[in-house]
Amino acid sequence: MKTSEITAAQAGLIGCNTCSLLTHPVSMEHPGHCPRCGAKLESRRPNSIQYTWALVIAATICYIPANLLPVMNTTALGSSEADTIMGGVIYLYTSGSWPLALIVLIASVMVPLGKLIALAYLLITVQRGVKGGVRERTRLYRMVEFIGRWSMLDVFVDTFTVAMVQLKPLMSVEPGLGVVFFAAVVVLTMLAAVTFDPRLIWDSGTEIEVRPVAAPKGHPSVLNEKSHA
Amino acid sequence: MDTEIVACPDCDLLQQIPVLNPGDKARCPRCGHVLASAAIDSHHPLDLPLSLTLTAFIVLIIANTTPLMGLSVMGKTASTTIIGGAYEMWINGEPLTAAVVAFSAVIAPGLFILFMLIVLLAARRPPAPHWVGEMLRWAQSMQPWSMLEVMMLGILVALIKIAELATVEPGIAMFAVGALVLLFPAIMVSFNAHEVWMRVEWDHDAAASQSPPQT
Repeated sequence: MKTSEITAAQAGLIGCNTCSLLTHPVSMEHPGHCPRCGAKLESRRPNSIQYTWALVIAATICYIPANLLPVMNTTALGSSEADTIMGGVIYLYTSGSWPLALIVLIASVMVPLGKLIALAYLLITVQRGVKGGVRERTRLYRMVEFIGRWSMLDVFVDTFTVAMVQLKPLMSVEPGLGVVFFAAVVVLTMLAAVTFDPRLIWDSGTEIEVRPVAAPKGHPSVLNEKSHA
Repeated sequence: MDTEIVACPDCDLLQQIPVLNPGDKARCPRCGHVLASAAIDSHHPLDLPLSLTLTAFIVLIIANTTPLMGLSVMGKTASTTIIGGAYEMWINGEPLTAAVVAFSAVIAPGLFILFMLIVLLAARRPPAPHWVGEMLRWAQSMQPWSMLEVMMLGILVALIKIAELATVEPGIAMFAVGALVLLFPAIMVSFNAHEVWMRVEWDHDAAASQSPPQT
């Protein structure tokens, strides 16, 4: 992709991540805080690639016990049974509610795995400076950001099953160790989506015509604040 | 209103936001990110989100204080609340999971609504003091961790699983959560953060670390 457009970083400007105020910091390395909303100003998220890799690797490690360890232990009239996430899906399927089985399967097994693969793919393509598919990769990133929360589904299912079925000594359900690893996968991948900076996709993926940079005409500088109020 | 130059948060492209008609959206021409949207009611842009947030505030209190569902089997009965779910996880040896559940189902939605309510009330008469901007930033940072809609679906799945074993009755909180699942996106759609940002007073210490204007 070739473009004659200009990014804020090339113009020596920073757009605030929170309130989108465009500022012209004295130093791009230490831009300080946004005068409007107080957020830390960052041209690019610092050490974005390293942080995101660390979180993706940690989540991948947690993904294994999350799927192998039981998430629930059901005790009914003396006999006890341990259920993994896949066990829960199979239970829903055999008890006749296949749409729910499908929802849990997608949210608990496929979405976390898909997220890990997608984030690793985004990281590798940025590190290698891949040029193509910039728009598509941005779209993939937005999907990861949007869909991540739904993996929390099984944590809520387990929590409220445990909370409801406390009818000792008749029947009780206890949470298994798997659920904490599962919650960790969801939280770690959500954090990874935050630390990954989508602007890096565009930095490495676009060939930008280098041209002498002057501050763009009429950009809202921080000193003419009265015109905004 | 003057047009504003912004950098796209997803691809950093500098661009000018055109003047928008009510209900319009401006997308980044390069990556498609929605950069700005104009309120439907341009004279009182904060009134609709304020009334929705106030409603959500009341419904949220109901959702957290009434039973979520009751269950009975062979003459034994039990009921639970949202925070009761997290508490059961805690006493059953899962404090971390309990914390995640409590945060995403009670604390994050609660703080989001509380901060939004304060922001919307304080920003009614411009200029709004600087702390209003800080508070709006906190509200926005809570938003991705508020997972009421995921919890709602999770409860429904749990209900269907338990329904095989016992009689389950949905409580008042269940309907309250259902209302919140609709109210939260309604607040997000009707609220245009830019309307508040334009009213917020700036921090002059932070502004001092910026260069003087070049134009």
